[in-house]
Amino acid sequence: MPDNVANSPLLEVDDLRTTFTIPTGDVKAVRGVSFTLDRGRTLGIVGESGSGKTVLARSIMRLNLGTNVTTTGTAAFDGNDVLTRSPSEMRQLWGSEMAMVFQDPMTSLNPLVRVQRQVTEHLCRHLNLNRSEARQAAVDLLREVRIPDPDTRLRSFPHELSGGMRQRVCIAVALACEPSLLFADEPTTALDVTVQHQILNLLSREQADREMAMVLVTHDLGVVAGRTDDTMVMYAGTVAEYAPTVSLFADMRHPYSEALMRSIPLTSFPSHTRLAAITGRPPDLIDPPTGCAFSPRCPYVQDHCVNEAPPLVEIDDPAHRLACWTPVGSPEALTAFEKNLAAGLPQAVAVDVSTTWSPTGGVDG
Amino acid sequence: MDTAVDPAVAARRPWIRRFVAKMPWVTRFCASWLIVIVAAAVFADLIPGLADPNYQGFLFGDGATNEGPGLSHFLGTDNNSRDILARIVYGARVSLTVALAAVFMGVVFGGFFGSLVGFVRGKTDSTVMAVVDVILAFPGLVLLLTVVTLLGRRDLVVIATVIGFLSIPPYTRVARANALSISRREFVTAARAIGTKKRTILFREVIPNVLPTLLAYAMVNAAVIILLEGALAFLGLSVEPPTSSWGTMVNASRVDLQINVWPAIWPSLALVFTVYSLNNVGDWLRRLRSVRSAAL
Ligand SMILES: Nc1ncnc2c1ncn2[C@@H]1O[C@H](COP(=O)(O)OP(=O)(O)OP(=O)(O)O)[C@@H](O)[C@H]1O
Ligand code: SF4
Ligand SMILES: [Mg+2]
Repeated sequence: MPDNVANSPLLEVDDLRTTFTIPTGDVKAVRGVSFTLDRGRTLGIVGESGSGKTVLARSIMRLNLGTNVTTTGTAAFDGNDVLTRSPSEMRQLWGSEMAMVFQDPMTSLNPLVRVQRQVTEHLCRHLNLNRSEARQAAVDLLREVRIPDPDTRLRSFPHELSGGMRQRVCIAVALACEPSLLFADEPTTALDVTVQHQILNLLSREQADREMAMVLVTHDLGVVAGRTDDTMVMYAGTVAEYAPTVSLFADMRHPYSEALMRSIPLTSFPSHTRLAAITGRPPDLIDPPTGCAFSPRCPYVQDHCVNEAPPLVEIDDPAHRLACWTPVGSPEALTAFEKNLAAGLPQAVAVDVSTTWSPTGGVDG
Repeated sequence: MDTAVDPAVAARRPWIRRFVAKMPWVTRFCASWLIVIVAAAVFADLIPGLADPNYQGFLFGDGATNEGPGLSHFLGTDNNSRDILARIVYGARVSLTVALAAVFMGVVFGGFFGSLVGFVRGKTDSTVMAVVDVILAFPGLVLLLTVVTLLGRRDLVVIATVIGFLSIPPYTRVARANALSISRREFVTAARAIGTKKRTILFREVIPNVLPTLLAYAMVNAAVIILLEGALAFLGLSVEPPTSSWGTMVNASRVDLQINVWPAIWPSLALVFTVYSLNNVGDWLRRLRSVRSAAL
């Protein structure tokens, strides 16, 4: 059934839940996430710090979550669940099927090893290259990630390169074995703003040239705009909204997505900061709210929201899924907002109505 | 920020010159002393004009006991009319061999086990560390005396082996602590994420990053070992006479201390210089290392 395999999605995640057991309780970092990713497609995962983006990506890659962790659900890669694989079976996937670009290029390269060996070590193992072939492969890779003067750079140690250059090296390392799926976990948050765009463009170009699927994790909606096919907005370990990027930006329905959108003009903030544009803080994941997780911070909150969590359901466009009782733009939402405003609810009062993104022609991404 | 140091320029300068250029002058002096004393110990037999350390000239009407520093014997002679300079140079062999044995066994075995258990954690870790704690709790002097009594001899090999063995546990602890934090660093995860085998990660990522800290520790530890050997020798528990050792020399000088202090002063100075130099160079290496990792 080869054509069956070719048509099946590359990655199919179903009800993934990741829980850390710590002395004070169980941290439910990912609470039932489902999505599919086809070959060669891109998915953006957006959410503020602590929403579980990294944990989700690392759960799928089965990388470094520690020993106090339980993951349930399925994450089928090429039709096979990765969550039940043994470590040695995972090693076969790592590098040649799934690879990852990390947030901080300062710490993700071995400080004692020259660029050349970092780039080619794994190539050599997979392809049995001799010295000069390995060198040529390294030069080609560095050229591909647009590192000027690759012959000289190969002899450099990581600390002799700038942050942007280092991240380019990391990308070269991740691409070396031609993975079919690349996770990029906030690949630009540790970099200067001017370099960020170059790195994102590099990733997009490599993704397209290699027809590789890519998951781009970020806290910045502005990063996924125009770069990914689909976008998943995560909040407190759950999916708030999931849609093709174009239709998400055209018709943003979740109050949390809307709040993220409002915070885009301020996105020069570093990673791991809370969003100033959203009042309150993310919920305690040891004891998350029974109702909608966003309800303590939502300007549109109603009694119903606090009592019952909204399911993720398709709305008008079948590809657009949303977990909210009263989507932004609906008359019920407007009524609820005015009522909250009148009641002096802080999160409603904080909304600067003049800049509020509205589906009918406001800020565009 | 896109071009830090031009690597082409940096690579052209020989690394040893770059290294020395960063040393404060005290450290340069200390490093020179260490090089001189090691070279003298190794090539003692080849040094022209160096006397036989066990030649007792006064027995043959050739020189006196307890001579002060002078032209015929630079540092004077001891109460057996032996040349003090020669005895210090040959005595360095004992001190340095014992220190080298300790460092070698510590770095190789302690470094390996420590890095291994810090990286793999779990049961291996608790087992190895339990053994290490037992060895640390065991009184070293008792072990030394037991081995010496059992073997019935007290030569350099026995002393060096026992002290070397006792050095493994502290190195294991230092290596483990470093390996623990290095294993949590992102580049180890990054190596796993491209399918690197555990064994390769241990040897390529973890151990090379543990080694610099371990070597800086080794310098300081060598100083401790040299003092330890000196103390053992002073107690008469190091290598058997007439083989000279700095501690043995100080011990022997006690008898005639009122008439001649030189036989006590010279080996003590050699000991102090060497220990200070090891500490100074070790500290410098450690500072260099922490500055470098902070810059990364
Ligand atoms: N090893 C762990 N043990 C306990 N809790 C953890 C662990 N790792 C992550 N968490 C918790 O899981 C939650 C989600 O963390 P995660 O790192 O996935 O957030 P994120 O969305 O990637 O945020 P950021 O933007 O800061 O990277 C956080 O509340 C965090 O405290
Ligand atoms: S309106 Fe209700 S359901 Fe929707 S996000 Fe706000 S609190 Fe949650
Ligand atoms: Mg993260």
